[in-house]
Amino acid sequence: MKNILAIAQKEVKTYFISPIAYVVLTIFFVIYGFLTFNILSYFNLQCMQYRQYNQGFPEFSISQFVLEPSLHNMGFIFLLIAPFLTMRLFAEESKGKTMDLLLTSPLYLFEIILGKFLSVAFFLIILLLITFYFPATLFVIANPELPPLFSGYLGIFLMGSAFLSIGIFASSLTENQIIAAVITFGILLFFWIVGWASHMVGEPWSTVLKYLSFIEHNERFISGLIDTRDIVYYLSITVFGLFLSHRVLESRRWR
Amino acid sequence: MIKVENLTKYYGNFPAIKEINFEVQKGEVLGFLGPNGAGKTTTMRILSGAMPASYGKASIAEYDVFESPIEVKKRVGYLPEYPPLYREMTVYGYLKYVAKIKNIPRKKIKDSIYSIMEKCSINHVAKRLIGNLSKGYQQRVGLAQALIHNPEVLILDEPTIGLDPKQIIEIRAMIKGLADEHTVILSTHILPEVAMTCNRVIIINEGELRAMDTYEGLSAGLRKSEVIKVGIKRENEEIIKLIKGLDGVLKVDKDSEKENSYNIEVKLGADMREEIARIIVENNGGLLEMQTVSLSLEDVFLQLTTEEGGSA
Repeated sequence: MKNILAIAQKEVKTYFISPIAYVVLTIFFVIYGFLTFNILSYFNLQCMQYRQYNQGFPEFSISQFVLEPSLHNMGFIFLLIAPFLTMRLFAEESKGKTMDLLLTSPLYLFEIILGKFLSVAFFLIILLLITFYFPATLFVIANPELPPLFSGYLGIFLMGSAFLSIGIFASSLTENQIIAAVITFGILLFFWIVGWASHMVGEPWSTVLKYLSFIEHNERFISGLIDTRDIVYYLSITVFGLFLSHRVLESRRWR
Repeated sequence: MIKVENLTKYYGNFPAIKEINFEVQKGEVLGFLGPNGAGKTTTMRILSGAMPASYGKASIAEYDVFESPIEVKKRVGYLPEYPPLYREMTVYGYLKYVAKIKNIPRKKIKDSIYSIMEKCSINHVAKRLIGNLSKGYQQRVGLAQALIHNPEVLILDEPTIGLDPKQIIEIRAMIKGLADEHTVILSTHILPEVAMTCNRVIIINEGELRAMDTYEGLSAGLRKSEVIKVGIKRENEEIIKLIKGLDGVLKVDKDSEKENSYNIEVKLGADMREEIARIIVENNGGLLEMQTVSLSLEDVFLQLTTEEGGSA
């Protein structure tokens, strides 16, 4: 455990002493802020129109019309930036020949992988904590429901962990960071859209495709439903991605 | 301390090293000598645990490299050919990270960093970024990385590469100093380095062990003839003729670098110095100098790595 934390700490430091962390956070919040501003303005417009025609306040739920779409956006923007967070984790070590340091230190391979995973997971937590400014403002001006907010954040965190684990796997495959990022992005996007094909194919394939899709599972979290099936789905992707990284790194030692 | 038996490594179908056997005693400095691609780095990587062998056994301090890698890695410090440095870290930050993953107890980390920085004379660059240091300093930080946990065995892959002459002398002295409490294996292609730092030399070529002996043993065992260098003030055809006529003299060459100087190759064991000196003096040649030249390690190295089969 001490070794895992030592590696995680070093990786987190590397994110914040290099420009990576600041660039990624800035881009994320510019886009996230722009989208949430639009959602809020649109909600405002709808409320005003409703009032003009019906007289009196509408029964719109701010949770359903503002928070839910903003959580959806958050998940998708994270899909766009996750590859850039994970691409360096192993590719950079291979390219810079620093992998030798890790391989000749008294560490198990799983400690190295878990340490790296923890560091990006910690980055994700920081990012999610900063996004709290938006629901917090909503609490000041309105009274959104609390439980779907928490389940939504839990869902995003679990989904984000799965993204990061896939990214670590891609980074273990190559010493070229761009290739690692492209592979990660390809896998993530594919699993994001794979559910769309479920209308075209018959059973049982449509259920399988729906189950595989990131969106289907995330939707339930965001609407306030915590289902063990969804938790198992995200956790198994995360564990599987880390397991594959372990196999890849172990086999690369033999070559 | 280090024991290697039948160690073999294949990259695909290509054998990088073939059935290598050797042993290193505690406190010894062993030099690895060989041309590029001979298998030096492969052997060192296997010993340090960075890479498994195809078959064969290797053990360090009684621990098998393949069966108990963690125990071995605790006892080995490894400096690869390219020092494994993070360019964006400071020297101090890097050494602190290395100390942690090498399992140095938390309380001792600070002390061990300062003592190793002192030893490698990098304390004045402690706060600088590694990426901004010169190659020589980076090499020293790499050495500090290998030494920080005070390992019993040190494996250094071309430790003096990229250093200036003054630094090379310092590092060599340092390695010699380490030999008392540590066992050292170092590879190099600078031949005099082996003569200066190592107790024993292994010559390896095309993945096979070609020779293993002390430096003196290697050059003595391979000598087939001796060379006597003489300086003659007044050169004279007669003298050269007389020397050539001596029984036991194989060849007389004019030295290409030094004027009035001749290299006389004589049969091994036949001490011809007295006769040669007499001829020169009796013929009024003016003997300026005379010295026996022993075969240099370069010659031994070339013989072993070019002559098929060598003497192993």
